[in-house]
Amino acid sequence: MDEAAKLRIQQISKVYKGDGHEVIAIDGIDLGIRNREFATILGPSGCGKSTLLRIVAGLAKPTQGLVRLDGQTISGPGQDRGMVFQSYTLFPWLTVMENIQFGLGLSGMDRAQQEQIAHEFVNKVGLKGFERAYPKALSGGMKQRVAIARALATNPAILLLDEPFGALDAQTRSLMQELLTQVWEELHITILFVTHDVEEAIFLSDRVFVMTARPGRIKAEIDVPLERPRQYEMKSSETFLHLKKRALDLIREEAIKAIQCKDRE
Amino acid sequence: MPSEQEPNIERAPARLGDLFNLREPIPTGVYIALSIGSFAVLLVVWAALTYSKLIEPLFLPTPTRVFQAGMDLFLEFGFSADILNSTYRVMLGFVLAAVLGVPLGLLVGTFKAAEALIEPVIGFIRYMPASAFIPLFILWLGIGNVEKVAIIFVGSFFQLVLMVAVVAKNVHKDMLETAYTLGAKRIQVIWKVLLPASLPGILDTLRIIVGWAWTYIIVAELVASSSGIGYMIISAQRMLRTASIIFGILTIGMLGLITDYGFKWLHKKLFAWVE
Repeated sequence: MDEAAKLRIQQISKVYKGDGHEVIAIDGIDLGIRNREFATILGPSGCGKSTLLRIVAGLAKPTQGLVRLDGQTISGPGQDRGMVFQSYTLFPWLTVMENIQFGLGLSGMDRAQQEQIAHEFVNKVGLKGFERAYPKALSGGMKQRVAIARALATNPAILLLDEPFGALDAQTRSLMQELLTQVWEELHITILFVTHDVEEAIFLSDRVFVMTARPGRIKAEIDVPLERPRQYEMKSSETFLHLKKRALDLIREEAIKAIQCKDRE
Repeated sequence: MPSEQEPNIERAPARLGDLFNLREPIPTGVYIALSIGSFAVLLVVWAALTYSKLIEPLFLPTPTRVFQAGMDLFLEFGFSADILNSTYRVMLGFVLAAVLGVPLGLLVGTFKAAEALIEPVIGFIRYMPASAFIPLFILWLGIGNVEKVAIIFVGSFFQLVLMVAVVAKNVHKDMLETAYTLGAKRIQVIWKVLLPASLPGILDTLRIIVGWAWTYIIVAELVASSSGIGYMIISAQRMLRTASIIFGILTIGMLGLITDYGFKWLHKKLFAWVE
């Protein structure tokens, strides 16, 4: 285990008690995410990867184990961990600017400074001209850009993303991945990303953790030696394809297990 | 002219079909025409049944007769005061129910403990018909405005609490959790997320409830009353003035419709952001 880790996930288990039977969603996961690293948890659906992220966010309590961020044990949600969800979670009664300012306003920052920071992030995610728009006027991709900007505006120690592009069409998704790598390469913030999309995981990350299906464990760790900045042409490079094949093989086994698991229920 | 009309006839079936696309919008003109048309049809049926003397005027007077009765009511019987009295009672009962019911509903929809404490009791009381409370309320509160307002309150408050609770429960959990991850404290999540997210739904609920309040006022005023639209109706019944009864009923319908449109207008004004 990496002692110098920014985020340390220690022996985390999560057990759900149903009627009469127990489901082990996560079973003893140990992870260390390095400072300024882009790390991804890759797994089939229903493997508990979202649960793991929710535990890191402080939105769910682990049955066992603990999570430390910069040495501090996490006990609940907080501004030091920004989170972007798959569903569109913008506040529909607030404009793009007001959404991005939401977290800043909570900590009592003066309005001028809030607006200055919000402007900066509006530009970073390419939404100049939409400052005064309400979410209903935005496309799915634009909504997620605002969500990312909003999560980053409070300057968190780590950004958590739970399949943020899962509801987008393939083209928008691809563009959003490029946008996220650009933002990351610029801000160089620590990111923990969750996805079931192999290509997305490899394209974005420095390291990919492949998770097993029920109970969720870390099955493999893949280092991604692709250079930065990432360009979408890299998706057809030999290294990329090789990594993709390896990850696909790993995840396919798990997907098959997951399906059999569901059939038995 | 016939040569110009022909293509229209050709296209007509397709256009007619367009009106029956599930949940699809239709042209505004058509919408308004249909809405007015439904009123026109009612009026035509009424006129046909009465002017032709198919129905005895005692049971259903002609539109002209009802209109005359209405004029008489306004000019000779001080009907404006009745309308004001009824409106005052409805609004007072409704506003009281809203002022107490909305916060309570939000509590029930937000905190499981509040739900456990309040929901079963209210679920029980709301099945009791408000009109059945009239004898009790007369006993407790007399026969003045307080009793009338109390009946409106009972008729609307309990439903209101449960409906507002559902509105609050429907606020997406992801939205609340997002606020937490942005650093919001519990009280901030309530004020800055749960409340604004619930407001459009609350206004819709109030719109529906005020309609019910209008129906209860008549029940309240039919018994032990000396003013109001309900009182007018019951006095007209004693004199067999059917036209006045019908005019009274139509007046309530109009007042209800006006309140309804008022709320709809307010909704559009306040919540342009709603998707």
